[in-house]
Amino acid sequence: MEIGLNHYLVLSTLLFAIGLIGVMRRKNLLLLFFATEILLNSVNIAFAAISHYYGDLTGQLFVFFVIAIAASEVAVGLGLLIVWHKRHGNIDLDNMSTMRG
Amino acid sequence: MFEAIAFYLFAFLTTVMFFIAVMTTQALHALTALAAGMIFISAFFFILGADFLGAIQIVVYSGAVMALYAFGMMFFDTTRDVKEKNGNKYIVFGLSILSAVLVVVIFSAPMVTDNISALYPMVEGAGNTQELGMVLFTKYLVPFEVAAVMLLVAMIAGIVLAGKKMDLSLTLMNDAEIIEAKIEKNKKVLS
Amino acid sequence: MELYLYLALFSPLAGSLFAGLFGASPRTKIAGLVPSLLLFVSFVSSTILLVYILSGGAKVHVEMMTWMATGDLYIPFGFVVDQVSVTMMMVVSLVSTVVHFYSIGYMDHDKGFNRFFSYLSAFVFSMMILVMSDNFAGLFIGWEGVGLCSWLLIGFWYHKESATWAANEAFIMNRIADLGMLIGIFLIYWNTGSLQYDQAFAAMNGLDKEVLTWMGIFLFIGAMGKSAQFPLHTWLADAMEGPTPVSALIHAATMVTAGVYLVVRANPLYDLIPHVGLFIASLGAFVALFAASMALVNRDMKRIIAYSTLSQLGYMFVAAGLGAYWVALFHLMAHAFFKALLFLGAGNVMHAMHDELDPFKMGGLRKVMKGTFVMMTLASVALAGIYPFAGFFSKDLILEVGFVEHHYIIYTVLLFTAGLTAFYSFRLVALIFHGEERYKLFGIHPHEAYKFMLVAMSPLLLLAIIAGSFKMTYFEMVTAVLPATEYHVHSAITYWIMTIGTQLFVILAIAFAYKKYANNKVKVPDGTSKMENRLCYKVLSNQYYIPYIYEEYLAKPYKELSTLFWKQIDMKVVDATVDGIAGIIYSSGEKTRVMQSGNLSTMLKWMVAGTIGLLSLAVVFGLAARYSGEIKTILSGLGV
Repeated sequence: MEIGLNHYLVLSTLLFAIGLIGVMRRKNLLLLFFATEILLNSVNIAFAAISHYYGDLTGQLFVFFVIAIAASEVAVGLGLLIVWHKRHGNIDLDNMSTMRG
Repeated sequence: MFEAIAFYLFAFLTTVMFFIAVMTTQALHALTALAAGMIFISAFFFILGADFLGAIQIVVYSGAVMALYAFGMMFFDTTRDVKEKNGNKYIVFGLSILSAVLVVVIFSAPMVTDNISALYPMVEGAGNTQELGMVLFTKYLVPFEVAAVMLLVAMIAGIVLAGKKMDLSLTLMNDAEIIEAKIEKNKKVLS
Repeated sequence: MELYLYLALFSPLAGSLFAGLFGASPRTKIAGLVPSLLLFVSFVSSTILLVYILSGGAKVHVEMMTWMATGDLYIPFGFVVDQVSVTMMMVVSLVSTVVHFYSIGYMDHDKGFNRFFSYLSAFVFSMMILVMSDNFAGLFIGWEGVGLCSWLLIGFWYHKESATWAANEAFIMNRIADLGMLIGIFLIYWNTGSLQYDQAFAAMNGLDKEVLTWMGIFLFIGAMGKSAQFPLHTWLADAMEGPTPVSALIHAATMVTAGVYLVVRANPLYDLIPHVGLFIASLGAFVALFAASMALVNRDMKRIIAYSTLSQLGYMFVAAGLGAYWVALFHLMAHAFFKALLFLGAGNVMHAMHDELDPFKMGGLRKVMKGTFVMMTLASVALAGIYPFAGFFSKDLILEVGFVEHHYIIYTVLLFTAGLTAFYSFRLVALIFHGEERYKLFGIHPHEAYKFMLVAMSPLLLLAIIAGSFKMTYFEMVTAVLPATEYHVHSAITYWIMTIGTQLFVILAIAFAYKKYANNKVKVPDGTSKMENRLCYKVLSNQYYIPYIYEEYLAKPYKELSTLFWKQIDMKVVDATVDGIAGIIYSSGEKTRVMQSGNLSTMLKWMVAGTIGLLSLAVVFGLAARYSGEIKTILSGLGV
């Protein structure tokens, strides 16, 4: 049975949906970050698969950049989390409502 | 055949791992599952012939990112059960599944697969890393440099945010002030 | 000559703008003097043009600039000075110069002195455009311009409720008529393809009679409004709420004659449709009698003169309708002089009597106001048409026209009206200047007007006396463009009988008026005398109940209808729709405000929901793009 591009895309979508579930139900910010990592990785799979099936390297390059962005996101995000935790003693999403209009 | 088996196997494993990472109440379980999922994803890269990316995936995610998260977990003391929200589960799942279905519909539409020609085609006879390097340092040099700067900025930001007393500069203070600051620090440790 | 044309046209505008500069500042003499002098410049220029035309010069035709040029439509700002327009220019500039100088004295104590001159000069400018334009569009601009200035000037004392009411009445009535005029102009353009007088009239010869009839009717509706012909006449009497110089200039000498001017100007058109002309003449005769009868019993000095104006306009329309355009124009000119004089005299009397208008409360004023007395008497004589004053030549000519054209009913009506005219004019003169000094009862100390006001009026007096002697010169000049029909009664005996008979009739009427009103027995009417309780007196003094009918059966139902529309349609449909839209937006805002709880988790959910929305749009558009052919067939099958 031949594995085609659509297989990868469906897998990617599935993982993306899982990531979305995580983003929406997690209250702990650290675990919410996990979910965002899942989102990024699911997209990476799609990029790599498209790159492979079209014989185009652009997709892989995008994966490369996405990984770089993910790494910086983690660095900055964790830094911010630490600041928040120092100030408030928790990292609960529901406590962050300073943007209430 | 092996390709198919490998795909399905790793697809199953990744899905399960990520599902655990999302649904578990134990932070440690989540972290472990995520790390495992990352490694399984690298398997897809290898299957797809993107060896360099596979390696990067393992190094960056399973190495650097996971280490950071592990540090974060220890810092925040999330080893205890994570309190989850008791919101409407149907909304969460419904929205996610709906979006997944829509994306699948879009991807499986014929127009997507119609006539796409490669912009930077694979070079025959060269290794994946070499190909990638050639494109990266020619066509994508500027984005690459920008990404590098961004990583630097992120690093500095992380240090600034997480570091203590970063508002004080040792180079700008005179000796008396430095001594004073040290004494104050010691006081805090003692108390 | 072009220079003089532009001078005549634009110096009133310059004067108006100059006075307008002082609009907000307190009364300054200069704001009155400069426009008056500029008008004098305009008058001199008009005179030069008149001399030029009289000495056989070709008509001056200039095109200042293009106004509209789209497709086949080409309307320039073109001005023409020919025999007809130069006559009008003379009348307008002369009377307005006199009125301007007079107003410097008359408005001396008024707070709105500067404003008054600005309006008055703007009026003269509009009137100049009206008479000088070489096309119907320019005429219409002037037409609307004089309407606007008339509105401004009637409502000059805007703090008075009656003045604003009268101003609005005049403006609205004129608007109704202007709609007719506009339709007429559209018809002309539609059928002849041009609005230039010469081209349009040239093209009319080949047109259908019916179309021409409609054109004539609609143009005449416009003329009816401006010239206050029945049934749009009520505004003219109410317009007397304005300052008296305004009444003299606008509502006697110039603006109200614009309708006559229009008919005269459109003479090639009305020549082609004599049945409309006959209608105009009949209406004119009717209005002449109708207005004169109302003037008989009225107790408001200015209104009496206003009705007499109306009556004289009727005469002009009789002449114009019967094809005697030059006679109409001649009477217009003569009438302008003596009627303006009459009004200015009335203004003097009003000043002396502290704005008292009821002639029954005056009497015996000739002792204190000698100059005014002489002027008003002579003007009344001219109006009555006694030889050798201006009125005799112009008005008797109209009677002759009626007789020669075999319209004996019109002739009889006009003859009778001439008697009435003489009667009410001298009733007024007798009541004001003769008899007992009744004003003493009311504690008024009258005084003569400023000397220079009387001097300013003197040119009018002179012309009211001698204008008749220009008849032949005028006839030779004006018939270059107007049909040169001479009206002569065939047998000399009939002519002499007619003329002398008319004169005797008029003199009798005057004598009767003097006998009845110049004695010492005249009392201030208090509503108890036998005459005042007669039905015909009541009908006449209530102006045939026409204003009442308009109020009761037009204005009130219209107001009720408007209220109905306001309450039912505007409030319940239009406003409700708009409010509903606003309400939907408000309530949706209220509802969606919950979204902005500031909770990041909720926001993430909304973000996902938005993503789904966008994705669904992508799917829908993708499908639509893919199946566009099928969708088109389905839609066309549905008849879209």
